[in-house]
Amino acid sequence: MSALASPLLVVVLLINLFLLGTSRVRAAITGAAAQGVLLGVLALVIDDALSGSHIAVAAGAIVLKGIAFPALLARAIRDLAVRREIEPLIGLVPSLLIGAIGTAASLLFASSLPLAPAHEGSLVVPGALATVFTGFMLLTTRRKAITQVVGYLVLENGLFIMGLGLLEAMPFLVEVGILLDLFVGIFVMGIIINHMRREFGSIDTERLTSLRE
Amino acid sequence: MVLAALILVPLGLALVALLWPAARQRPWLLPLGGVAHLVLSIAAVAGRPAQLTPWLGLDPIARLLLVAVSVLFLSTSLYAPGYLALKPGRDQRVFTACLLALLGMISAILAAQHLGLMWVALEACTLTTAPLLYFHRNARSLEALWKYLLVGSVGIAIAFLGTLFLAYSALHAGLTPSLVLSDLVGDAPRLSRPWLHSGFVLLFIGYGTKMGLAPMHTWKPDAYGEASGLVGTLLAGGVSSAAFLAILRFHKILVAAGDGAFGRQIMLVAGLLSIAVAAAFMARLRDFKRLLAYSSVEHMGILVLGVGIGGSATLGAMLHLVNNALVKGVLFLAAGNIHRVYGSKRAAAPEGLTPMPHEGERGGAADGADPADRPPPSATSPALASSAPVSGLLRRLPWSGALFLLGVLAVTGSPPFGTFVSELTIVRGAFATGHGAAGIAFLALLFAVFVGMGSTVLAMVQGPAPSTLPAERRDTVLTIAPVVALLACVLGLGLYLPAGLQTAFAEAAAWLEGP
Repeated sequence: MSALASPLLVVVLLINLFLLGTSRVRAAITGAAAQGVLLGVLALVIDDALSGSHIAVAAGAIVLKGIAFPALLARAIRDLAVRREIEPLIGLVPSLLIGAIGTAASLLFASSLPLAPAHEGSLVVPGALATVFTGFMLLTTRRKAITQVVGYLVLENGLFIMGLGLLEAMPFLVEVGILLDLFVGIFVMGIIINHMRREFGSIDTERLTSLRE
Repeated sequence: MVLAALILVPLGLALVALLWPAARQRPWLLPLGGVAHLVLSIAAVAGRPAQLTPWLGLDPIARLLLVAVSVLFLSTSLYAPGYLALKPGRDQRVFTACLLALLGMISAILAAQHLGLMWVALEACTLTTAPLLYFHRNARSLEALWKYLLVGSVGIAIAFLGTLFLAYSALHAGLTPSLVLSDLVGDAPRLSRPWLHSGFVLLFIGYGTKMGLAPMHTWKPDAYGEASGLVGTLLAGGVSSAAFLAILRFHKILVAAGDGAFGRQIMLVAGLLSIAVAAAFMARLRDFKRLLAYSSVEHMGILVLGVGIGGSATLGAMLHLVNNALVKGVLFLAAGNIHRVYGSKRAAAPEGLTPMPHEGERGGAADGADPADRPPPSATSPALASSAPVSGLLRRLPWSGALFLLGVLAVTGSPPFGTFVSELTIVRGAFATGHGAAGIAFLALLFAVFVGMGSTVLAMVQGPAPSTLPAERRDTVLTIAPVVALLACVLGLGLYLPAGLQTAFAEAAAWLEGP
């Protein structure tokens, strides 16, 4: 565990809060992209020894999470002329507060879990939990399909951080998990968003209400 | 070798389906795949093949489920060509290929002894299901698909987090982390408890989402309501059951660690909650396809409840796993027949009740927006006022109507069907193991479900049929015979359990509870 890892994770946590507090969709995408790049760097510095799988995972994260998916999403909002998130189900300030509480709770919960010697005192586990929580908040409280996809991306980032803790022990699982999840999340959801636009003329999931009791 | 073939043969046929030029013969690849899969399954179960790799193998529960899923797929595959012949305008190439790929992926979940591989296979299941749900290409199926993917992807992500936690529990204990089930079971007593416990909770939530347990079931009514009968069959009987098996594999690790009580407690509560939520939503629900979805939530609840009670109820859960998978085929395929002929998913209001007006309107409007499930407008049915609610089934569609009625009797656990035996075993297990309160709650909820489903279904089968239905739409041999066969299986399991099957069920329960 290098000395750089913790500061990087602190920045990741700050980006989480920024994502919860912003109403501009483009800013949210940029935030998620920055998080992706940071995670790629994190993969390089997390363990003392640098192996091939570290480099592969880092490159994958920077290219996919940092560049490719944000670019796809950015193109989608340009085509769709989406600018702002409409009033979310939970307002921006309350969701920011809930996010802060969630981060604190993650720190508390993680401190109750025993850590392997390599991770003593690091932010890997609480950082992962807080990021997963942030992604979940974005997914459940935002109304635009695009912001929900950003939420999914952030949730995946949380899993990625947890995976980094296990990268030395089981590189294969981590790599496969990252690639496949992103593939499903972004490509399939991207395709659906496209269909949605044609079908409804909008990507506002509020319109998806014909199926209910 | 056989196990690899179980996965690769359907995938190979899926590829053939994508490349096959002639639309007329393409759907017949499905029965071909179904027969091949059944033969391979029987070979795999009977032969107990030597393990080539620790990553693939069949545990006793997977053996049971493999044959059940295979029978289920074969039945739906015989139904498929007739169904697809009615939908000439749709993308049948992708539909056929995805059905076959789904079969391959379900087999992969069942045969995976590496928990990471199992996760990948379940994720791939989600992927292959997406085009199947969007087959009708209308706004409603798009909405269903969005919810299915969003909720399902979050579930699968949480399951991944749980898998990482499980790996961490080995890492923390200073063991070489391995996700091969037998390694984990062997090392279980030494795994780090806090990580194991929180990992199990995450895995239960994650895979429970794929199973459709309440409160993670929200995608289910939409997806099953919009899916065609054969897709609903494979989702409710195949994918949900496979997700249940995934949870059981983690439960097995908990049991081996000496913490089985922790998992059982969670399952007991989650099971009762799912049955209760389903029972509440099923009361007065007129949309019969959504009714089937809630019935699936209920039965997933019964499965985890059985394992949660433990003891002899575990055996009941194993019986129920197979019975439920087969009876789902009867219900979804028969419901598909009914939907196709009536063009409506709404049951008539039972006598003495006036339909809620907004509900009627919505059903009507929705059917109007759903041109997929009726033949192209022809001279015989210009405006097609067939959004009339379903009634008089026994007169208009005697075969499908009777099968649906019998299927509902079976799914509500009436004797002499196999589901009666399995639910009775669970109830007796509850009282025998000192879970009397849970047993009584279970019985009360079963009764509520019976009343809820019964009132809707009776309104469908009785009375006069709407006169507006075009006469040329009726049952055919291919849309009826597979359903009859499945119903016969459920009936057979209730009347007589051969010694070989008895051993198989007992082995499955013993594997789960044993060391």
